[in-house]
Amino acid sequence: MSRRPTEPLDLDATDRRILNALQEGFPLSPRPFAEVGEAIGLGEEELIARLDRLSSAGAVTRFGPFFDAAAMGGAFCLCAMAVPAARFDEVVTKVNAHPQVAHNYERMHRLNMWFVLATETPEGITETARRIEEETGIAVLLFPKLEEFFIGFRVAA
Amino acid sequence: MSIDATDRRIIAATEAGLPLVAAPYAEIARRLDLSESEVIDRLSAMQARGVVRRIAIAPNHYALGLAANGMTVWDVDDAVASGLGARVGALDFVTHCYLRPRARPDWPYNLFAMAHGRDRAEVEEKRAVIRELLGPACRADDVLYSTRILKKTGLRLARKGGQ
Repeated sequence: MSRRPTEPLDLDATDRRILNALQEGFPLSPRPFAEVGEAIGLGEEELIARLDRLSSAGAVTRFGPFFDAAAMGGAFCLCAMAVPAARFDEVVTKVNAHPQVAHNYERMHRLNMWFVLATETPEGITETARRIEEETGIAVLLFPKLEEFFIGFRVAA
Repeated sequence: MSIDATDRRIIAATEAGLPLVAAPYAEIARRLDLSESEVIDRLSAMQARGVVRRIAIAPNHYALGLAANGMTVWDVDDAVASGLGARVGALDFVTHCYLRPRARPDWPYNLFAMAHGRDRAEVEEKRAVIRELLGPACRADDVLYSTRILKKTGLRLARKGGQ
């Protein structure tokens, strides 16, 4: 994942077939690329070479197991803050300095900073949020998930 | 809860991704001085327990030409929110869909659905589809477009014991 382009890449039909197939899942078997390759009509070596290229080109955000912090006894929580424009950069630096901040997006709204906390204990969420409030003087609103409608995070490539 | 020290080592060795080699689990096993079958069996067991949600690729949406990402948010009648949420989550352009608590007075919305599109016009079309599906059960809605990714690292187990 050497770079993260913000412009569309030039992907051919085979690249798209690979990205679509691998979003469905990846086998837990000794030769998983051979298995996936067979299903989509590619040899094991070609599939690996293509993936390597897609990865270097920045078409891949992540490839591998996705873990659920909650199932390991930890927690995830979506949080939001209303940050004054003049203080935005300063607050980004303070918020991002916490390793518990897994991702953070600027969004167009009065609540203009949205980030996800991932902590190893449920208490870690409120502790981290409280620390951010102390450091910034800005309220952190917590939006824990009450129910999830999981469909696999897939997009058509 | 359900992971031991060996599981934790496997998680730490794979959280940045799987190696792009013909036998990736054997490669992970070699790094950890385990057998390939133990790595595969433990990942399978973690998947069965929900610790591993899936093993898959997450494409970079921008690289696919999906430049617009709108967090659509909806104030849906609690009595029917769960059933309607399931239907919104099943739409093929919605990648994440959750019920969350409201934070009144700032935030009246309880249903969150992430919609991706080539541009904002496409996201607005998708938003209209969701609005239609929710019908009169929805009292208000909004969409929050992302203007910048400020950080994206995902889960990192390595901080265990740190803070």
